[in-house]
Amino acid sequence: MKLVIRQLSLHLQQFTLSVDVDIQHARTAIFGPSGAGKTSLLETIAGLRKPESAKISFNGQLFDDSERDHSLPVRLRKLGYVPQYDSLFPHLSVQRNLVYGSNCKPHEHTLDFHHIIDFLEIGHLLDRHVHSLSRGENQRVVIARALLSSPQLLLLDEPLTSLDAKLKNAILQQLQALHREFGIPMLFVTHDPVEAIAICEDVLLLQTGKIINRGDPAKLLG
Amino acid sequence: MSFSPLEWQIVRFTLAVCSFSTLLILPVGLATAWLLDRYRWPGKLLVETVVTLPLVLPPVATGLVLLKLFGRRGPVGHFLSHHFDVDVVFTWRAVVLAAAVMSFPLLVRSARVGFQGVDQRLEQIARTLGARDMRVFFTITLPLASRGIAAGILLAFARAVGEFGATIVVAGNIPGRTTTLSLEIFSAVQLGHDATAYRLLVVCVVIAFSAVWLSEVLMKKRLIG
Repeated sequence: MKLVIRQLSLHLQQFTLSVDVDIQHARTAIFGPSGAGKTSLLETIAGLRKPESAKISFNGQLFDDSERDHSLPVRLRKLGYVPQYDSLFPHLSVQRNLVYGSNCKPHEHTLDFHHIIDFLEIGHLLDRHVHSLSRGENQRVVIARALLSSPQLLLLDEPLTSLDAKLKNAILQQLQALHREFGIPMLFVTHDPVEAIAICEDVLLLQTGKIINRGDPAKLLG
Repeated sequence: MSFSPLEWQIVRFTLAVCSFSTLLILPVGLATAWLLDRYRWPGKLLVETVVTLPLVLPPVATGLVLLKLFGRRGPVGHFLSHHFDVDVVFTWRAVVLAAAVMSFPLLVRSARVGFQGVDQRLEQIARTLGARDMRVFFTITLPLASRGIAAGILLAFARAVGEFGATIVVAGNIPGRTTTLSLEIFSAVQLGHDATAYRLLVVCVVIAFSAVWLSEVLMKKRLIG
């Protein structure tokens, strides 16, 4: 994969997010303390925030080019976004949440439903209402829903936050195997060095809106 | 308590025109509520004010405005009469028109509250999953705002049933043609037909109470039980 971000500038409350980077590793972590601009960076890539300036492309497809006033609509970016907040649609069952993305593009090839359900061990939840899910179950369903939309890149925003240690470990193992199993590259936002080391092969250290270092997670964070 | 055939006809007519007027304002009301809630645009404040106006203007005054607009010499009335051979004032259409205009603000206000309660981040998530704006609106926004919208529909319907002032100006009180529950209660009181007035009063109270009570339940209840 090749995600190219050029001259990204986005004014935030405390500072300006200023990023210029090429990302080529399939499992890359964006690591930094709370309020460093990690989520804003992810949202800008997803098209959910409009930067003051930026040229962003993914595998040759232009997402944003502020000079040409170009911004690819969110739905055409084909990114699986797993946000920090509760993002399951509360009026739909688990099953209908899961197929929401594939129903939006019935003619496109999508990943095998049962493969993903089995992989994330959520088969028993399909008929449940989302309000009845535990935090861990909720996160698994959100990840499965993103995968089922057949994204070309998975954006995970601190997906393990607020999980207890046992659950965190279980989902961590699934995330470790996820790229191998489905071949989808991922950008993984975290402030936990253990998660970054366990899942990713490259890490960008973000502080007050700037990338201050990058490299092997084990060497940088270990 | 038994109703005469004429009273039944009035109840049926009132329910029919009020249902029709509520259906008529639904798409426009939802679009207005949506535009007012989600976007900034020039003239927004003016539209907000005009939409709210029927709530505060004396209904008779609103009726007079409608009479001037939809009368045969009025701009809209002349157009309709000239091009489509359709008369509005002093027909059932005027009853629908008065009910629609008077109940429109209530629908818009409740629907707007419904739209305000929708977490827009969920709409964004739907877009990341590949949904077009129209699909997002019908599969995410509308269902999540449905309680506010349903409450608005009920309130608008109840307001239409209770409409009197604008209706009597623009539609008159023509037995069998434009007489609604409210107008018949007025006539019955005027003529000293107290029994008729009280029977129809009970119908009005039942409809209004049910609609307002249901709308309150809908507005207060959480989205999912």
